[in-house]
Amino acid sequence: MSLTGFGASAPRKEDPALLRGEGQFVDDIHFPAMLHAAFVRSPHAHASIGRIDKSAALALPGVHAVFAFADLPEPVRRQTLPLLVPHPSLRAPRMPYALAKDEVCYAGEPVACVVADSRYIAEDAADRVEVAYEPLPAVNDCRAALAPGTTTAHAEADSNVAARFPVQVGDADRAFAGAAHVFRERIYQHRGGPFFMECRGAVARYEKPTDAYTLFVSSQGSHRLKRCLLDMFDLGDHQVRVVTPDVGGGFGPKGSFYPEYVNLAFAARVLDRPVKWIEDRRENFLATHQERDQYWDMEIAVDRDGHILGLRGELIHETGAYVPWGIVLPWIAATTVPGPYVIPSFKLDVVSVYTNKIQTTPVRGAGRPEAVVTMERLMDRVARELELDPAEVRRRNFIRPEQMPYNVGIIFRDGRPVTYDSGDYPACQAAALEASGYDGFRQRQAQARSLGRHIGIGIANAVEATGLGPYESATVRISTSGKIVVYTGATPQGQSHKTTLGQIAAEQFGVGLDDVTVVTGDTAAISLGIGTFAARTAANAGPSVHLAGLEVALKAKTIAAGMMECLLEDLELADGYVRLKSAPDVRKSLREIAVRSVGMPGFSMAGELEPGLEHTAHFTPAQSAYSNGTHVAEVEVDIETGAVLILRYTVAHDCGRVINPMVVDGQVIGGVAHGIGNALFERLVYDDQAQLLTGTFADYLLPLATDVPRIDLVHLETPSPLNPLGIKGAGEGGTIPAIAAIVSAVENALAPFGVRIAEAPVTPQRIVELLGSHALGRTR
Amino acid sequence: MTDTRTIRVHVNGKAFRGEVETRLTLVDFLRHELQLTGTHVGCEHGVCGACTVLVDGASARACLMLAVQCDGAEVSTVESLASGAGLNALQQAFRDCHGLQCGFCTPGMLMTLTEFLRDNPDPGEAQVRDVLSGNLCRCTGYQGIVDAALAAAKRMREVRL
Repeated sequence: MSLTGFGASAPRKEDPALLRGEGQFVDDIHFPAMLHAAFVRSPHAHASIGRIDKSAALALPGVHAVFAFADLPEPVRRQTLPLLVPHPSLRAPRMPYALAKDEVCYAGEPVACVVADSRYIAEDAADRVEVAYEPLPAVNDCRAALAPGTTTAHAEADSNVAARFPVQVGDADRAFAGAAHVFRERIYQHRGGPFFMECRGAVARYEKPTDAYTLFVSSQGSHRLKRCLLDMFDLGDHQVRVVTPDVGGGFGPKGSFYPEYVNLAFAARVLDRPVKWIEDRRENFLATHQERDQYWDMEIAVDRDGHILGLRGELIHETGAYVPWGIVLPWIAATTVPGPYVIPSFKLDVVSVYTNKIQTTPVRGAGRPEAVVTMERLMDRVARELELDPAEVRRRNFIRPEQMPYNVGIIFRDGRPVTYDSGDYPACQAAALEASGYDGFRQRQAQARSLGRHIGIGIANAVEATGLGPYESATVRISTSGKIVVYTGATPQGQSHKTTLGQIAAEQFGVGLDDVTVVTGDTAAISLGIGTFAARTAANAGPSVHLAGLEVALKAKTIAAGMMECLLEDLELADGYVRLKSAPDVRKSLREIAVRSVGMPGFSMAGELEPGLEHTAHFTPAQSAYSNGTHVAEVEVDIETGAVLILRYTVAHDCGRVINPMVVDGQVIGGVAHGIGNALFERLVYDDQAQLLTGTFADYLLPLATDVPRIDLVHLETPSPLNPLGIKGAGEGGTIPAIAAIVSAVENALAPFGVRIAEAPVTPQRIVELLGSHALGRTR
Repeated sequence: MTDTRTIRVHVNGKAFRGEVETRLTLVDFLRHELQLTGTHVGCEHGVCGACTVLVDGASARACLMLAVQCDGAEVSTVESLASGAGLNALQQAFRDCHGLQCGFCTPGMLMTLTEFLRDNPDPGEAQVRDVLSGNLCRCTGYQGIVDAALAAAKRMREVRL
């Protein structure tokens, strides 16, 4: 194995520029004569809009334009933003217009766009735009929103139900009727957000000579954004190019299409100047998609020995004001519940509900963390009631490796049955327990308790659908200069695509990583692409690079065989040459071969070959590849302050074959940190009129270096049979079980006080509340 | 009307003298007037630390300072760390230890640690975590950053010996 090829912890190609401050994030892009946009946003969570008076704003020197809905061009006024994932159960899907038309449905919804010489002036002017709002009652809570005859989040709607659908396996009611034990849990997961460090932003340009727009945008999927813009403006393929430069984190919501982008493109054309908008953090709290509001009411039926017979219940999912991603979140959540366990029967009624808050769309984990919290809380309940060790209850219910591939019996969001392709769940848990010192924990706990310290341990298992289809594209091209370039529609936000995809290509050509350039997220470079989200890039773009590379390598050898008058099988690729295996000095450079491949003017192409040393592959997986993992958290709770200290954190993780172990470790550890935030701190609090109360990083707390412990990692590798490289996704596996493991550990620490936890986050304040009179501060 | 004032400031050793708006933040001055885009804007309320620079050798939030407050000062940004095409010991340690993913918080991390390691050449892990608690990172889970700080400190001590 080379030091930089597949399987090696190659140093990242991305790093030098980023470390020198030479990264090119969207706000680092500057064009001559560029203007700056700011948005007028609704202060009300729900209101109708009357007259908009722009005169004071337009009178300010340096202001070029103020646009409201009525100023937008016809195709943009005609339609709402596109619904990315329609579904038959979405009977009346609500989507926003590019600017609010006559009603605003969340605080922060854009109402007007101001363009000025600088952002400072644009903000001054935005304050001077007078909008006549008529406030309407706001819907704050998705459970209350289901009551008959209640206020609706959209004035004209007859209910707040966005969609209702069932998920069903076997005959749950019969299983419950015959069960030795039935336990019920009500479980809540509260809203958090992506909170990437770089807020959203874009620069739009319009070029008259080609009648075409270019949008530079901080995104997770350039091609999808391009398609949305084509739809909004009713344009031909040649009229929009979307380029994604360096992206400062995405975590899901940078994969959405937002109204601001439409306004920028329009403004750039009307004003004939480039226009930039960079979201500020206040806007980010109000207007970037969030996730995790779910309420589960679940029952589990088990036999005398704790074997699961069935699950049934209801999931209420809050979609917020609109449904850009349709029902993918509650669907993913519902289909993730069974996890690594044999669940003979399962019945879930799912309802997705509108409220007057910013919409919920996938955030790292995308519905899976909620599902895992639900399932693992039920497992802990069974363990407690049956007086079994929590690890033992899980062991008794695992799908065994010999049962793989395992059909869970439900249909996933990709339209295919949930069928786990490979994995060894018992081995994974065993590895995590061993690495975490689980066997010695009860002794540690007893000792700590004798000293008045409250420590606890929690286990969580998760199976994650990764590598979601439909495909990801890659072109491998060797230019006539001999340089190897890989183009892909995958659009990274820190996941190291330029390194890992480069490693796969370098392997094909026997060259070093420095000899391969990877171009990501530019719709002018490759015609098709989906983007980077849902832990899908390595498992889709990876095989595409591999397959395209194989084709190009074969073509290079075929051309060289003709040039060298030898047999194909006598040749090999190494160091930028095709050479004779028997006499390495006899060789042709990739440059010579590439020049030959494009032909000479007026001469016929040699042989039967298509011109050009390039190939495009769109690897299309048959279904999702399923990663899995076990997390074990050991915590100490200060019962006076409610503070939780994570003493030890262990992950056993299986994402199939690993391209770059350093990168995968980084993804997993970073994901755990996100889970720690969701478990202990991150909560977006709204008042009863759906006004956000936690709109700064001083109120909404992200985990700090002092909150995240050193993570112990164990890797297992069961290759996926679904792609030629055996890869499964790794981008979210760190987050998904973390919340469940930590909540479980906190509850375990507080067991002597009878504290039961069925929610996340469980903040210090909440822990003190749950402890009630047990909290030391109150009893002294 | 906008209020302006003339300031003189040294940034990364280079003198600047000119008129700036009194309300212009230091980070916008660096990014937009001087085109030093390495310093990033993450929260504009002083919590995330992405905009950390050194002002007269002490770390400061460039989003909470006005450019006019730096009149007469020496400001150092991430662009000052390496000379030529290379990386300095701290930057190299970040690369070796996977101390960055998206890289957006990285300039602030580097500047915080530049000051810290100057004043604490032999820190323990807890001290490193403590000083980093003023800089948010959403990607790495901090482990690579902590490792990088410790590795850089070791390297710098060895060079001094």
